[in-house]
Amino acid sequence: MAGPCYEADAPGARLHRSLDALDLIYHRPSGMTHMVSEPVPQILAALAAGPADAAKIARRLAATHDFDANGAEDAIAARLAELEAVGLVRRA
Amino acid sequence: MRHRFDLRIGPVGFRIGSAWRAPIAALGQLYRGYPKPVDGIADFTVRLEPETRWRRFVRPSVAIRGDFTLPDAAPLALAHGLLAAEMGMNLQMALGQRRYLILHASAVERDGRALLMTGHSGAGKSTLAAILGERGWRFMGDEFALLDPATGLLHAFPRLVSLKNQAIAAMEAEVAPDRFGPRLSGTPKGDIRHLRPNDAAIAAMSAPARPALILFPRFGFESAERPMGESEVFVRLTQASTNYVALGEPGFDALGHLVKSVPARAIDYPDTGSAVTMAERLWREAGL
Repeated sequence: MAGPCYEADAPGARLHRSLDALDLIYHRPSGMTHMVSEPVPQILAALAAGPADAAKIARRLAATHDFDANGAEDAIAARLAELEAVGLVRRA
Repeated sequence: MRHRFDLRIGPVGFRIGSAWRAPIAALGQLYRGYPKPVDGIADFTVRLEPETRWRRFVRPSVAIRGDFTLPDAAPLALAHGLLAAEMGMNLQMALGQRRYLILHASAVERDGRALLMTGHSGAGKSTLAAILGERGWRFMGDEFALLDPATGLLHAFPRLVSLKNQAIAAMEAEVAPDRFGPRLSGTPKGDIRHLRPNDAAIAAMSAPARPALILFPRFGFESAERPMGESEVFVRLTQASTNYVALGEPGFDALGHLVKSVPARAIDYPDTGSAVTMAERLWREAGL
């Protein structure tokens, strides 16, 4: 069964800065700063191509990154739920 | 207000009004020679008022009021009026400053470059800046450092140094008596004595400096140091800023740039002399 489908604001709604261990995201609509680690920036970038569920995001990431999409779906679904809780993605 | 004193500290103008003469006289004495607000327009107003009308005369107690107030702040005894004025100025800055990113940090400058020191209350940042300010550095401030998001430069805020408890004796050994205010005993923060920055710090208060090194000192431990990663420094500095969230995107840009471009070290020290030696050595090792 397909999981929930998510969408994110356009990439221009976020400022991104990489630090040594973590990445910073400034979310312009809310004015909030988020400290995140991989694969969160990559998930947000993948959503730039349009709304998607975890399986579809895994396939998009596999096309551009060197990783096995099988098994990544659960981890991506968990990150999406966290991102929804902090307001960086929402249900499409 | 019956009594009034206007001054500028770094780039920030204040107008301080008081129902009593004594706190204004003490401010006038300790802040003698400070400039007035630019064009006579103060950024912030602080008012020292009786808690109720009759308390101006009977067991006078000072309520701190102004553009920004804390509703639950307890009034202070009139004998602590100078402290009330300083707390009032700090409060306006912490709650109302929107032009600069405020870092709860002390700062000193040498050759146009600034050494920032931040840490929890009691970490020694105030005393350390005051001592360095007497030993070849320009004292920029002991409480707030003002980061300009437009330029990345640090502006000085050389208010009176608020010395607490053991730090009072340490500075009394270093500085001539005429730069000290009265000893305020039994305040909510313990014993406090205000110290006037030296003439060089006051004369140069309008000159900003480029941030060059950030130290996170911790007093009361064996001498030790460790480099700090960018992520840790970013988190610590957002915690040390009173207006990071209010500033929005310019604050994010300014702090991100500071963290990426300026090295940071955590230092533990057992006494002020060790801290001064470590600060000088780390400054040299950073190629400054």
